[in-house]
Amino acid sequence: MHPPSVFDPHSAYAWSIYHLTVVVTILMGVVVLIVTGLVTYVCIRFRERKHPGPRLSYGNRKVEILYTALPLMLLASIFGLMIRNMDASDPIQRTRDNIVVVGHQFWWEIRYPGTGIVTANEVHIPAGKPQMFGMEAADVIHDFWVPQLGRKMDMVPGYHRDVWLAANEPGIYLGRCSEYCGKEHAWMRIRVFAQTPANFAQWEADQEKIPPIPTTGDAADGARYFTTMTCANCHTIRGTSAQGEIGPDLTHLASRTTLAAGRLPNDPADLANWIKDPTKYKPGCFMPDLGLTDEQVRDLVAYLETLR
Amino acid sequence: MSELQVVPAEMERLHRFEETAGLLKWITSVDHKQIGIMYVLATLMFFLFGGVEALLMRIQLSWPGMHFLAPETYDQLFTLHGTTMIFLVVMPLLIGIGVYVVPLQIGARDMAFPRLNALSFWLFLFGGLLLYFSVFYGNSPDAGWFAYAPLTEKPYSMMEGMSFWCVGLLTAGIGTVASGINFIVTVATLRARGMSLNRLPLFTWMTLVNSFIILGALPALNASQVMLLLDRELHTRFFNPTGGGSPILWQHFFWNFGHPEVYILIIPAWGMLSEVIPVFSRKPIFGYTFVAASTVAIALLSFWVWGHHMFAVGLGHWPDIFFAATSALIAVPTGIKIFAWIGTMWGGAIRFTTSMMFAVAFLIQFTMGGVTGIMFAVVPIDWQLTDTYFVVAHLHYVLFGGTLFAVFSGLYYWFPKMSGRMLSERIGRWHFWLTVIGFNATFFVQHIVGAMGMTRRVWTYPNLPRWAVLNLISSIGAFVLGFSVLIFLWNLWVSAKRGEPAGPNPWDAWTLEWATTSPPPEYNFREIPPVHGRRPLWDLQHPESEKNPKEHG
Repeated sequence: MHPPSVFDPHSAYAWSIYHLTVVVTILMGVVVLIVTGLVTYVCIRFRERKHPGPRLSYGNRKVEILYTALPLMLLASIFGLMIRNMDASDPIQRTRDNIVVVGHQFWWEIRYPGTGIVTANEVHIPAGKPQMFGMEAADVIHDFWVPQLGRKMDMVPGYHRDVWLAANEPGIYLGRCSEYCGKEHAWMRIRVFAQTPANFAQWEADQEKIPPIPTTGDAADGARYFTTMTCANCHTIRGTSAQGEIGPDLTHLASRTTLAAGRLPNDPADLANWIKDPTKYKPGCFMPDLGLTDEQVRDLVAYLETLR
Repeated sequence: MSELQVVPAEMERLHRFEETAGLLKWITSVDHKQIGIMYVLATLMFFLFGGVEALLMRIQLSWPGMHFLAPETYDQLFTLHGTTMIFLVVMPLLIGIGVYVVPLQIGARDMAFPRLNALSFWLFLFGGLLLYFSVFYGNSPDAGWFAYAPLTEKPYSMMEGMSFWCVGLLTAGIGTVASGINFIVTVATLRARGMSLNRLPLFTWMTLVNSFIILGALPALNASQVMLLLDRELHTRFFNPTGGGSPILWQHFFWNFGHPEVYILIIPAWGMLSEVIPVFSRKPIFGYTFVAASTVAIALLSFWVWGHHMFAVGLGHWPDIFFAATSALIAVPTGIKIFAWIGTMWGGAIRFTTSMMFAVAFLIQFTMGGVTGIMFAVVPIDWQLTDTYFVVAHLHYVLFGGTLFAVFSGLYYWFPKMSGRMLSERIGRWHFWLTVIGFNATFFVQHIVGAMGMTRRVWTYPNLPRWAVLNLISSIGAFVLGFSVLIFLWNLWVSAKRGEPAGPNPWDAWTLEWATTSPPPEYNFREIPPVHGRRPLWDLQHPESEKNPKEHG
């Protein structure tokens, strides 16, 4: 897993920004060193004890012009570097979106317009292939930021933005919402799974399938509860009558590694805990405690675990 | 020495005025010195509020997975902390010190509009209290100090917190605009004979320039707050996308105020340094004209840089490049000042009073805040680092390591004038070193943890490699910093009671505020020394400087 560090670039875009950041940081470090050096020198050399008689001086026009012109030249060169860098970090040519991410309070809806796949919170991409991400928001402003893969982009309701992101090699890249969006902003995390093209194709094929509705055992009861109780008001499971659009699509919930935008690992025990009392784990989330009995929770978990 | 004729009958009236006493005298005061002191005291109170809010947040963030604060409490705390420190501490503190010092520096008896001056203060105080009343009302503002719509719109913020934010700041903001007008008219009309504009002490000059920025910027904020309030309470749709409004419009309006505001928060602080550094280096300022003119350049440019807060919004490359260019340009006049202060110290005989030490620390820390500012003007770097702890570090290096260090410097410098007593230098040393250590420990590590991916405004964070220890260092630093503030307050308290008497001019300084007793009488000056140059009191001691055209300005 790659932590969300600016210093760990894994795409051409992130590399480009990383290079610029390093160059500018070094230049700025030199500026700080020069100023610190001058201040230290002046403080030691011209303290009253060492230098009791101040020199009367009102300025020196040449020096003044120098300390105006030199910073201006430094800034102009940084500006030049920046212009050259911008198109490499964030190419302006656009293609059709590979993926559309919609920010919600407090989770991510992820759509693949080409295949119709809909998932949540965990983005799968083929490694080595630049992906055109569309960014949208359903309620307030969010910001999609996976620094290893490229720039961040605000998701503003009412606007559609496009941004190129890529991962050079397979791996799991951690990111998060980067614009304060309310109470659970802290638990609005992202995982990007970059996969080899073969694995990605396999994942796509799995996601396109509609999971069968279980007909026996606890899972069958769970499936019935899901479609007849409150769950279906908010969640969609393709192939069933549950077509709610408020919460994440659960068609392939069991194929995901985490629950609730990274809040809990996705295993049966945590899933049960989550269903019993979501706000215990994510106090600002909009999924209520539904007052389910332990049996109902057990059956629902059994059902949801079949959604591979 | 006796250019000003004192009319005896006038003196009689002034003496009668002195006889009123007690708390009533303060509350009813229209005297700029009392109002200035009330500003300082009120901002110290809000500073304690804002500081406690910061410490509570740092406890919560000291380790991953802490459950010291609930998320909604944390959200209210960071909103209150930012709003308090910007609108109720730094801005009124700078205005308050200006209200005290500016009339004295130009040899005036008061501000041009003394009653308006009092109104400004009370509007600020009650605006601030109105904002804090939200705490007792049950819900404080919780959408961050820049209050991005639509999170601040009714559907996403049902409680009244954000309405309190609008109304409280609107109230205080009207007072701020009035202060701006008051400063401009005061400096324009009440300068002592001989004090031409190019002889203005730099603190007064910068307060004057600042007042023009206030007039340009504050109305943008207040107008957008009215619009937001209408959206919230009367269901208009200025910023609500579901009715044709635009959340991006709020950002343009807000930052059109917000970036000039950043300069409102630093320019008078630069003015303080431009007084302190020459006096304690025993030299006039290096390149007065460049320092004065660069301030005007900043004032003009400050209205053209707001878009650099919105690089991540995706406005397109050309708007980004425009704002990157203006933002980079504004670094030039800022650099001019840093080098002018170093030039002033060069060849001087530097006295390391506590005031001077804070000024020297400013030079280095503010430069660090400045260079990270330049990094944010480089668009792709901003695309990565905006809204992370790198920004939090940057803005605290500028506003705390910069402005507040300058304000400490200015308070150590002017406290003797305000109170008639010196602040303790011994306690001052403790205050200085603890502040430097606490400040850098708190905020330097935030650069690193920000670049490692920690975003701002999160009440908890994952236990990724090194995040925990960096946050712990920051939290420990915050408590050192909190302790240093207590030491400062202790210094103010004991020195006001038992400090060494200051006399009229303890620092052997040059500007007119030192030509009268400490504290000055209500009418400020019995007589105003003649002003022939930028350093009137120096001219008195050095009659030969009459011949030096450079002293004349």
